Amino acid sequence: MNTVMTMDEVVSITNKFLVEEFEVELSSIQPDAPVKETLELDSLDYVDLVVLIDSHFGFKVQQQDFKGIITFQDFYYFLYNRVK
Amino acid sequence: MKLRRVVITGMGAYSCIGKNVEEIRQSLYTGKSGIVYDPTRKEMGYRSALTGHLERPNLQGLLHRRYRGYMAEEGEYAYIATLEALKQAKIEDSFFDTHEVGILYGNDSTANATVETNDIIRAKKDTSMAGGGAIFQCMNSTVSMILSTIFRLRGINFTISGACASGSHSIGMAYTMIRHGYQDIIICGGAQEVNAVTFASFDGIGAFSINEIDPTKASRPFDKNRDGLVPSGGGATVILETLESALSRGAPILGEVIGYGFSSNGGHISQPNVDGPSRSLKMCIQDAGIDIKDIDYINAHATSTPIGDMNEAKAINEVFGEHKPYVSSTKGMTGHECWMAGASEIVYSLIMMHNNFIAPNINLDEPDEDSAKINIATTTIDKNFDVFLSNSFGFGGTNSTLLIKKYKA
Repeated sequence: MNTVMTMDEVVSITNKFLVEEFEVELSSIQPDAPVKETLELDSLDYVDLVVLIDSHFGFKVQQQDFKGIITFQDFYYFLYNRVK
Repeated sequence: MKLRRVVITGMGAYSCIGKNVEEIRQSLYTGKSGIVYDPTRKEMGYRSALTGHLERPNLQGLLHRRYRGYMAEEGEYAYIATLEALKQAKIEDSFFDTHEVGILYGNDSTANATVETNDIIRAKKDTSMAGGGAIFQCMNSTVSMILSTIFRLRGINFTISGACASGSHSIGMAYTMIRHGYQDIIICGGAQEVNAVTFASFDGIGAFSINEIDPTKASRPFDKNRDGLVPSGGGATVILETLESALSRGAPILGEVIGYGFSSNGGHISQPNVDGPSRSLKMCIQDAGIDIKDIDYINAHATSTPIGDMNEAKAINEVFGEHKPYVSSTKGMTGHECWMAGASEIVYSLIMMHNNFIAPNINLDEPDEDSAKINIATTTIDKNFDVFLSNSFGFGGTNSTLLIKKYKA
């Protein structure tokens, strides 16, 4: 995928698809806010999240990868480390 | 056990002749066709590009994104129709928390969702790439499962798959369950996806009209020069409940279901006969316990296929003899709404009964020998009537007949 993607780009792309797909206000997506509660994710939503990450960043996430992701900051770092 | 009276307290529909009951009323009265030519079908290899045309409803803002993700095309149509029906029946969202309401809904395919899902999986070689909602879109019970989830239904809950009689059987089975005391209120109806994937193999057996010069003239039930059906679809819902429940709630009573008949042809998988439909008609009339002279209108199944229409005309002749109630097939306007048709045609007929008219069997220029023996309404008839009968037949030889009467205390 894009090997020169910056953290700002990761955050921008991620926030855009989260707002569109999970229909939340951009203002609710804060770095220290919890991902699961903010997006109101259930187990099926995580499958959709796998699809979204694949289509926007080009790599496959395993369900267990989400275990370490609590906040949006965690989420951004996880994505950034896979695409940088 | 004393059998309970079963009434209809709400109706809704989303079809190619209207997105709600009022739009549909206008189309029915004026004999407006909803059939178009869809060039994409030709590109796909279809023999006929004719189809009912309806837009997908935009549910964003109306329904949580999660439910939309679980919902296939046919579920969207059914949802809109059900909202309309529930509103008319004066059933608000909080009602479901305090009352046990069931759902029996007709549906017999999820072709587009299934094909799209498997196209993704084949391309990605990864099942999870289909997303979290695909499984619920691909199951044949998609409509009953999504509506029961959205409305938090706690009663009977399953889909009835009886080919092109699915919608009619759903009403018949709901009537039976309520009548015998198993449920007080059931949401029932039928839904049909409208896309090039779902009808492709149906087109492949040469069942569709190829009279593409004027799409609005292609579906011509009972006409001597009919050459096949035109596929269509959408969603139609009726709310069935006990008379006692309807009266206690102060709900409008749109009609009383007084008879349900059914049969199986016991013959060819696609070629209809006369005996099967005839037995369904007789069973329904016997169940209702009325004289055939009291039946004012028959909404025929007639799909515009040569053999099907002929055999239905023969069955009507055989059962009704010298009594000649008005007959029309609304499929001249709507095309064949397949899994939905048995429910939508109850809605269409209820609209007629409440607005004192019989919708025309459009495109009937010259009846064939058997059709000439029944009393087909070729133009809109302004008429007050009290009882109608609706026929629905399907592949595999499944037949369903319903009798509805204007409510009288």
